[in-house]
Amino acid sequence: MATIYIDNGPHEIADGQNLLQALLTLGYDLPYFCWHGALGSVGSCRQCAIKLFKDENDVQGTLVMACMTAAKDGTRLSIDDQDAQEFRALVLEWLMTSHPHDCPVCDEGGECHLQDMTVMTGHTYRRHRFKKRTFRNQNLGPFINHEMNRCIRCYRCVRFYRDYAGGRDLVPLGSRDRTYFGRSKDGALESPFSGNLVEVCPTGVFTDKPLRAHYTRKWDLQTAPSICMHCGLGCNTIAAERYGTVRRILNRYHPEVNGYFLCDRGRFGYAFVHDQKTVRVPQVAGRPFKVAGAEHPDAAGGAALPDAGRIDAHAALVACEEAKGTLGEILAQANGIVGIGSPRSTLENNFALRELVGADRFSGGLAAAEMASLEAILSILREGSVHPFSLQEVARADAVLVLGEDVGASAPLLELSVRQAVRRKPIKEQVAPHNFPEWDDACVRLLEGSSRGPLFVATPAATSLDGLAEETLRAAPEEIARLAMAVAHELDAQLPPIADLAEGAREWAIQIAEALRSAERPVVIAGMSGNSSAVIRAAGNIARALGQQNPESGIFLTTNEANSLGSGLLSTRSVESVIDDLKEKRADTVILLENDFVWRMGRGALDELRQAARRLVVLDYLETEATALADLVLPTTSFADGAGTYLNNEGRLQRSYGASTPLATVRPAWRWIGPAADYQSATLNALATDMAQQVDELTPLSALIAQDEKILMGGGIARQSHRASGRTSINAKIAVSEPKPPEDPDTPLNFSMEGGAHTPPHLINRYWASGWNSASALTRFQEEVSGPLLGGVVGQRLFERREGIAPRYATDMPGRFELRAGQWRAVGLHEIYGSELLSARSAPVAQRTPESRVLMSAATAQEIGAAEGEQVRIDAADSAGHMPSVLLTLAIDDRIPAGLVGLPCGMRGVPAVLGFEWVKVSKGDGS
Amino acid sequence: MERPLTGNIRPDRAPLDLAAYEAAGGYRALKKALKEMSPADVIGVVKDSGLRGRGGAGFPTGLKWSFVPTGDQAPRPKYLLCNADEMEPGTFKDRLLLESQPHQLIEGMILASYAMGADKAYIFLRWAYHDAADILRRSLAEAREAGYLGKNILGSGFDCELLVHTSAGRYICGEETALISSLEGKRANPRAKPPFPPMAGFLGKPTIVNNVETLSMVPHIIANGVEWFQGLGLTDDAGTKIFGVSGPVKNPGLWELPLGTPIREILEGHAGGMLDGRAFRALLPGGASTDFLVAEHLDLPMDFASIEKAGSRLGTGTMIVIDDQTCPVGAVLNLTRFFAQESCGWCTPCREGLAWSKETLSAIEAGEGRLEDLDLLEQHGTILAKGYSFCALAPGAAEPIKSGLKYFREEFRAHIAERRCPWR
Repeated sequence: MATIYIDNGPHEIADGQNLLQALLTLGYDLPYFCWHGALGSVGSCRQCAIKLFKDENDVQGTLVMACMTAAKDGTRLSIDDQDAQEFRALVLEWLMTSHPHDCPVCDEGGECHLQDMTVMTGHTYRRHRFKKRTFRNQNLGPFINHEMNRCIRCYRCVRFYRDYAGGRDLVPLGSRDRTYFGRSKDGALESPFSGNLVEVCPTGVFTDKPLRAHYTRKWDLQTAPSICMHCGLGCNTIAAERYGTVRRILNRYHPEVNGYFLCDRGRFGYAFVHDQKTVRVPQVAGRPFKVAGAEHPDAAGGAALPDAGRIDAHAALVACEEAKGTLGEILAQANGIVGIGSPRSTLENNFALRELVGADRFSGGLAAAEMASLEAILSILREGSVHPFSLQEVARADAVLVLGEDVGASAPLLELSVRQAVRRKPIKEQVAPHNFPEWDDACVRLLEGSSRGPLFVATPAATSLDGLAEETLRAAPEEIARLAMAVAHELDAQLPPIADLAEGAREWAIQIAEALRSAERPVVIAGMSGNSSAVIRAAGNIARALGQQNPESGIFLTTNEANSLGSGLLSTRSVESVIDDLKEKRADTVILLENDFVWRMGRGALDELRQAARRLVVLDYLETEATALADLVLPTTSFADGAGTYLNNEGRLQRSYGASTPLATVRPAWRWIGPAADYQSATLNALATDMAQQVDELTPLSALIAQDEKILMGGGIARQSHRASGRTSINAKIAVSEPKPPEDPDTPLNFSMEGGAHTPPHLINRYWASGWNSASALTRFQEEVSGPLLGGVVGQRLFERREGIAPRYATDMPGRFELRAGQWRAVGLHEIYGSELLSARSAPVAQRTPESRVLMSAATAQEIGAAEGEQVRIDAADSAGHMPSVLLTLAIDDRIPAGLVGLPCGMRGVPAVLGFEWVKVSKGDGS
Repeated sequence: MERPLTGNIRPDRAPLDLAAYEAAGGYRALKKALKEMSPADVIGVVKDSGLRGRGGAGFPTGLKWSFVPTGDQAPRPKYLLCNADEMEPGTFKDRLLLESQPHQLIEGMILASYAMGADKAYIFLRWAYHDAADILRRSLAEAREAGYLGKNILGSGFDCELLVHTSAGRYICGEETALISSLEGKRANPRAKPPFPPMAGFLGKPTIVNNVETLSMVPHIIANGVEWFQGLGLTDDAGTKIFGVSGPVKNPGLWELPLGTPIREILEGHAGGMLDGRAFRALLPGGASTDFLVAEHLDLPMDFASIEKAGSRLGTGTMIVIDDQTCPVGAVLNLTRFFAQESCGWCTPCREGLAWSKETLSAIEAGEGRLEDLDLLEQHGTILAKGYSFCALAPGAAEPIKSGLKYFREEFRAHIAERRCPWR
């Protein structure tokens, strides 16, 4: 701790900060621009000037930039000093000389840091009378809108985009007051983290393009704390809606998960919830109930309107009751029911289905191949001998081994963490010895130079991290697993050596083992998208061996979907095994919960299911090929209008809350399938409490439920801002009185402006503080800059490393990868845009989805007589796979080893989870 | 009067080749240092000599060198950079040395590299100095051929490589950290200090940046000693300095003179006084980024302390003279336009403050000025001069504005009152 004196008053602060951090933490208003909690200080904007005094006798003082000055014990400073105030006002006046006065029509208005700082410095009168400089804006693709005239040149955009996130195509161009931040030519920003510019930019230069298309002011957005649906990392988001449609997703700071940032898939993938292909009314035998006002807004021709004013409430109730009745009939007539849950659905939904059909007839919805990976993951996490890293712990790791995962595609924000991790060793060795603080960003990056800490990437094909890696290895999953086993042997000699490793692999194993052993916080990364449980088990062995020597070491295992780990926790049965129940007549009715079979396993799997099941009930918010074949379809809530609990890949239970009121025809899945008698009166928390009691591992959920119940009892938290407007006028054509807000018995959030003043950290649904209308208000919610949120930890971690746990090493070893004549080992390749089901249905993401291609080496292409760009036919070598023959464009990539072909998972008929290993490849006949 | 830097320059200013330079005593200092002196000795001599940087800031050279980490633990490689990016308006002294005495600079750089243990040295050359680039490259080849550069120089075991880098032409590259950024291939933005370049400069390694004239003086100090050098100056500052005069004088040019030579002697003696029919109004003593001096200052000695006491800076020592037929507002506008143009765009005060000052001065010069414009300029001149900006460009740029308002306020008022430039 250090004591600093602010205008002569003593204040205790944590060590190692700069004065701007310290002052913001203490709750002072000091304007700034170029500083950012994650990006540190560079001192370019000169806005945070304060007066610094040598001692109590110094009355003259020196003007310094708070962000560039260390907050040392005994520091004496003044914020209110007249020179400092005058200078700050002048800096702001300078910044505003060419800033357009378009706040009322600017999409940043109302949540603009520049606006707030302008008010804070008191700049009200404009002296500059000359022409403002103007610029040509660029088309930066479907995600980001560009409006350079608003730029104040704080350099945050390029510091985030280039320095922090490793992007290349956004650059500062030109100089002086015409410095321009853009690309060398128009085109989509290439970085998968470009969306963060929306929040990083202190004004409206980079804004959310999809939001502009259905724009609503911040204060008119109804918001809720949400969990991202687009991979297994469980990034915390703020979902914002108006009139029943989601308008945007913002980052919700979590100090241990996503920190300050999101990936573009997470930020712009939400539009699937108001895709035309959503289920909005129940359907019986393919016929939707007619409910006036429940049509998709686009289909009804016109913008979305609040359903309170549109939907025929009576017809909705009738439809729901009839559908519920049909469900009752189907269940009553069933001769055995199986339930197929979903890794993209909540724990509560999955549990409700499990309760309905019985645990032995329930699958969590994972395909067999996924289930194998997930079981391998769960056994490592449950064992307690290794520490499961959080996403931010990965960012602090100083040696990283990636096995089998293209993390940039399967868990994009993990890439951002690894990008920070490779800086740890250079910072420790080249910066720390000079006692330079880490917030001094330019200094740190200068001393770091181009040095990188150890990162090893062993994958079947090229990945987005290759450029940072010390070494990359391209091999079949079997060889990656064997390499990993060899590394584990190097770390713990008790483990058996691996005979006949591939050439050079032993040296590699020694090199990797040494790097991991000598690191302070080494981490091994593997996961489900690689579709190899052998690789995961081998990664577990490395982590176990490391964990014996170093409690700071750990593992990071990615999962594919938002609740993969949760559904695996509720059932170890694969989808295939419950289909067998149907085939073998142990059941004749199936309830399919929010699970797109065709995407997951291929069209063949759905056909098999439909043939085997006499009755098929589908609960989903997406229209899929399964909803078209179902006897009964029940429309469910999505993340946007429903609440529930998800278990992310590290084993963190997190709750997500819908921002919208569901349509009167839509229910959470658990409410459809819960006990028939009280489905109206049951609440989410009653069900969750049941689950927490019945599922041992989910006991910690009780704490999250208790938190929410307490807030619920206390009157709840407002989803609407205290400045929400238009609530009486929007329905004025029907009635001018303010309608009664819809009730929400399931969450502690109200569909209104009413609610308690104190928001606990897990319910933060907007960043706002007096004088701070932008996302910069976040510092008011943190204990200290970039530290924990005030009020405690968000979420509950289920799996921790425990002292004294002996490692239970995996012993099964894959055999050598052997080439086959006329067949190729298929490896699934993931695209950040396109492979993931939900985001691929979102128009902005779809625009960035690349052409689906099959990757193979030049030798393979030659063997089948096909050339780059030609069509190639892929068939599973045996009939076990559910993939029908697919035609894909050939892309030659010699980074993929001989004997392997890379298939685009989840795209163009290729299942997301490959249920087969070997394929036949032939030149397409064009049919 | 001794003129170590320029005494051997041929009347036609053609470059001294290696043979001619050696005949005039060149590379004697290098041989002496490598044979008889340790690197610390060389630093000691330069420190004791009192040599101060000739690029404008006047930082003691030996002291700067002593900041470079030495010994086995020191980071390597280390770099010496010669700042030959002579972009200061009115300044052309380095050009003379580069074009006419290339080996003197090369010898100075090898000596400096030896002193600080630099493995590699670069001459960061102004884009427009095409002749100098050719001459330097030719001279470097000669020096390499003769064994003054490369591995094991003169059998001493000391290795040094020296290269010429022609810059893209930005004034900000004269700022040493911006020069380093530019040499690294990055935008020519200055860097925050600390870390100072001697600790972490070019590519994050220990780096010294010295001006051409400073480095060119080093061989003479090593060859002739501390006392000789200190005896050259007329006042407290040691050595000679190249002074220059440009503007409406009879004989504009450059002269190597003792530090402390009075302004009047340079202006009237060497530059021949004002052109007939022109009256002296003011001068900028050391380049565009120094405060105006006026007639009352003409008897001041040109040394660091005296000029500073008068409210200006010795700067590069090359003065720009303004006469009574030149509009002083136009002159200040001209300078400010240059500085606003050359702002790198990194920090707000410089980027926006200079642009606004330029716009305001343009308006006044065009007869569209308002009285409150003078307050605005006064505010900018004062605040920008205080150094709250990121580097020294804005404070330098503010000097002519601030002093211009001080000495030419009536002329400014006249522009506003008459709604035109009285000189047009």
